[in-house]
Amino acid sequence: MPVNHDFDVIIIGGGITGAGTARDCAMRGLKVLLIERSDIATGATGRNHGLLHSGARYAVKDSESAEECIRENKILRRIAANCVEVTGGLFITLPEDADSGFGLDYQATFLEACNKAGIEARAISPREAIQMEPSVNPTLIGAVVVPDGSVDPFRLCSANVTDAVLHGAKVLVYTEFLDFIREGDTILGVKVRDSRTGETAEYRAPVTVNAAGIWGHGVAAKAGVKIGMYPAKGALLVFGHRVNNVVINRCRKSADGDILVPGDSVTVIGTTSTKVPFEECDHMEVTPDEVKLLLREGCALCPSLASTRILRAYAGVRPLVADDSDPTGRSISRGIVCLDHETRDGIKGFVSITGGKLMTYRLMAELATDAVCRKLGVNKTCTTAETPLPGSMDGRIESVSKRFEGKPSAGQKGAAGRQGDMVGKIRFDTDADKQLVCECENVTLAEIKYAVRELGVSNLEDLRRRTRVGMGTCQGTLCIRRAAKALAEALGKPEMAEKLAADYLDERWKGMRAVGWGDTLREMEFMQRVYKFEKPYSYDEV
Amino acid sequence: MQETNISAKNFEQCQKCSLCETVCPVMANNPKYAGPKRSGPDGERYRLKNGIFFEDSLKYCLNCKRCEVACPSGVRIADLIQQARIDYGRKAPKLRDMMLASTDQMGPLAGAFAPIVNFSLGLAPVKGLMHATIGVDKHRTLPKYSSETFVHWYKKHAEAAQDAYKKQISYFHGCYANYNYPQLGKDFVAVMNAFGIGVQLIPEERCCGVAKIANGMIAAATRDAKINIEAFLRSVKEGREVVTVSTTCTLTLIEEYPELLKVDNSEVRDHISLVEQYLYKGIASGELKPVWKDGFKARAAYHCPCHQERLGWGIFTTELLKMIPGMELIELESNCCGIAGTYGFKKENYKVSQAIGKPLFDNIAAVAPDYVACECETCKWQIEMSTGVPVKNPVSILAEALDLEKTAAANRK
Ligand SMILES: Cc1cc2nc3c(=O)[nH]c(=O)nc-3n(C[C@H](O)[C@H](O)[C@H](O)COP(=O)(O)OP(=O)(O)OC[C@H]3O[C@@H](n4cnc5c(N)ncnc54)[C@H](O)[C@@H]3O)c2cc1C
Ligand code: SF4
Ligand code: SF4
Repeated sequence: MPVNHDFDVIIIGGGITGAGTARDCAMRGLKVLLIERSDIATGATGRNHGLLHSGARYAVKDSESAEECIRENKILRRIAANCVEVTGGLFITLPEDADSGFGLDYQATFLEACNKAGIEARAISPREAIQMEPSVNPTLIGAVVVPDGSVDPFRLCSANVTDAVLHGAKVLVYTEFLDFIREGDTILGVKVRDSRTGETAEYRAPVTVNAAGIWGHGVAAKAGVKIGMYPAKGALLVFGHRVNNVVINRCRKSADGDILVPGDSVTVIGTTSTKVPFEECDHMEVTPDEVKLLLREGCALCPSLASTRILRAYAGVRPLVADDSDPTGRSISRGIVCLDHETRDGIKGFVSITGGKLMTYRLMAELATDAVCRKLGVNKTCTTAETPLPGSMDGRIESVSKRFEGKPSAGQKGAAGRQGDMVGKIRFDTDADKQLVCECENVTLAEIKYAVRELGVSNLEDLRRRTRVGMGTCQGTLCIRRAAKALAEALGKPEMAEKLAADYLDERWKGMRAVGWGDTLREMEFMQRVYKFEKPYSYDEV
Repeated sequence: MQETNISAKNFEQCQKCSLCETVCPVMANNPKYAGPKRSGPDGERYRLKNGIFFEDSLKYCLNCKRCEVACPSGVRIADLIQQARIDYGRKAPKLRDMMLASTDQMGPLAGAFAPIVNFSLGLAPVKGLMHATIGVDKHRTLPKYSSETFVHWYKKHAEAAQDAYKKQISYFHGCYANYNYPQLGKDFVAVMNAFGIGVQLIPEERCCGVAKIANGMIAAATRDAKINIEAFLRSVKEGREVVTVSTTCTLTLIEEYPELLKVDNSEVRDHISLVEQYLYKGIASGELKPVWKDGFKARAAYHCPCHQERLGWGIFTTELLKMIPGMELIELESNCCGIAGTYGFKKENYKVSQAIGKPLFDNIAAVAPDYVACECETCKWQIEMSTGVPVKNPVSILAEALDLEKTAAANRK
């Protein structure tokens, strides 16, 4: 078994927390190894709502979180311009909210709390709100504008990984943490297995960081440490196009299905919150009751959702942590939890970073890296709040698009939107390169080749996360064979194409099944006709 | 739960089956055009995300609506494309586009000097000049302007007699019959009168606006649309149905007004019909009694204009023409002629326009009819220019085939 001593720090988990920590550590000059059992952003990071919180949602109940959010919100707009969209957000008050004690009095409390936390919030009239966001429920009686936005979780995670690699980090995807190498109370490294080949290996470093999200519970257990994690499932529905251009929230106590976020070419309603057993975290399915609830609440924010096509449903698990000070484990913190297991549990060389949010990842990474540096005796300050991420050095799609000679094509604009200033690395050499593979999402052959070349892709799901291929209205029906062929060829394994496509369609099918009616059902019929599923599905199944 | 899925112009109902792409005449002939699916529903999704995704190439769409006829999901593809051009293509229209589009303003101007205009338009040096300066293709024979407008003729020769008829209709003559081909209007009056129907004009009639819409002059088109619809409403209230002779004007009045110009026509749209539909229904129900000329003989090839395909009313024309004894009617395979209003007149579109029409021209040459029967005026220009075979409007064919006097006598009782 190969043993490797070359690292200062090993990070377990390639979600946003692990990616951000890898970047921060690498930028502070540490030799970093990041391991992820699947592809990057396949845990909660790939299955969340993508809201760039202003903090307003927490302002009344948890001013600390609110302040954290607005600080990070402002930082992300600077350093991750290509991953966030500054859409603005509305907190609306509906007549029925007034009946349940969340009327305009509450709005006043809310406004005051926002302003106290440093969140610019301003009440506007219902008419102004409708002007600002025409899709909003027109029966609203009040609205507050806040600096909410949306964030593309995958792009953010990928940009952090890319920058970590640029700073010398080694990233191993499809590499699963199995166990620790330990000597007495000291963690010396990790045993891992390549989940594609089954081969095992060992890596050593003086510090290991547990950034495995909800699975961090199990990782800590291997070190004999208990973190009281609380797996909270959240379900979401994706609508076929941008219904709203401004985030819409309800101005009341946080509840299920009360946020509508426009992200990339779609709109997403979410979310629910249910405690699930740890065993279920790997197999999330959205139930019919969740779909109903989300639709009902969504329509209260934006009535046209009642007739808008739903592309698919998905769910993720929040890595929430029970408060250490509460022995019953019932009091849940939404805050960041950074644990030095030496001071907490007497285990040396081991740090856990969890809790928090997607959009506070940078701060989480800073705290974790500070802890690592303390252990290593390294004295370097954090610079991630000032240093833009790759892809975000040159603003957004508008400025990036100007880099092309002549008028950019639809595929080039699509790529500029997704890859930001990295678009220069995409080579539109031949006519075939300029051709669209995925027409719904404007993905060219050139962008696919780039993703395979530079972004570490080994299957169509990986490719989807990096390019949006197959994420549009037809969910891959039209393009996935073309994409599979292009990918298989780029990987030098043309015989794999068939299997790549089949795996991809299986996964899409799952997400469509939960919302299989209306136009989505027609699409499923069409998909089935095109690909002749071996087992025809029956109507009762959907 | 969701009862229906709906979206603006049904763009989200697109299943991405790509059928529309197989029927788009431009996509087959112009590699610069992304085609109906991508320009329509696909493009719309991304335009909603960011206007930067508007593509200039949308201008190549003919608005022939063949894609809409083919679409199994009811997506109003061509409307989506026209709407996007209105919403995002903000560049000011060129002088050339404005000249071609203002059929009602150029008409009166050119009409007053018709002999000079027609003469100079026919001469090579002037044609060359237009190609270079305003971008009207030099291969084009421009529509001729007539020296006496239809309306002028009507006032002088027909108006006085109309009130005597028991039944009355309002005639929306359109710009073409008025300025370019008054004979069509005259034939219309003759046929209607023979059937015992009085023809009233609509004093407020404005250009339907199709050319203005195509060339981005939306405010002017909307103003005209409102005036037309109000006038139609008065006519309908006074018991006169609105009868038209142009397929494109009719499609515009019925479909584009509410869809693109947001002008509500719900109270009048069921009272607007094309003359062929109007006559066929009347004859089929026995209300109108035609008496045909003895010994009429003709071999005609019917070309169904794209907008007639979209309206789905071509069947009225063919059934009507088949009623004529001595008429051998050959129905040509459906194919766009390539002109699409003012599209084919533009220098940049000439080649594509001819390539699109080629299968039709070849087909006509193979059939070798006495003439082509077609309801559309722009198809007429294109087909006559490209094949040399004359094109007749069905109304004019009826005027020839009917024994007008005997028909008048039969319908008087
Ligand atoms: C429904 C929902 C909605 C949300 N909405 C928002 C929002 O709008 N805004 C916001 O800011 N936050 C939101 N969040 C929170 C946010 O998604 C999470 O806080 C964040 O993504 C957590 O990232 P992470 O890297 O800590 O965990 P994860 O993304 O779960 O990463 C953990 C990684 O560890 C890997 N791993 C697990 N076990 C092993 C092993 N044995 N070996 C190697 N790797 C392993 C997993 O594969 C995974 O990739 C939402 C969360 C949910 C569930
Ligand atoms: S209207 Fe005609 S030219 Fe335009 S996209 Fe449809 S089929 Fe093609
Ligand atoms: S024919 Fe209709 S459903 Fe099919 S791709 Fe075209 S627009 Fe979409």
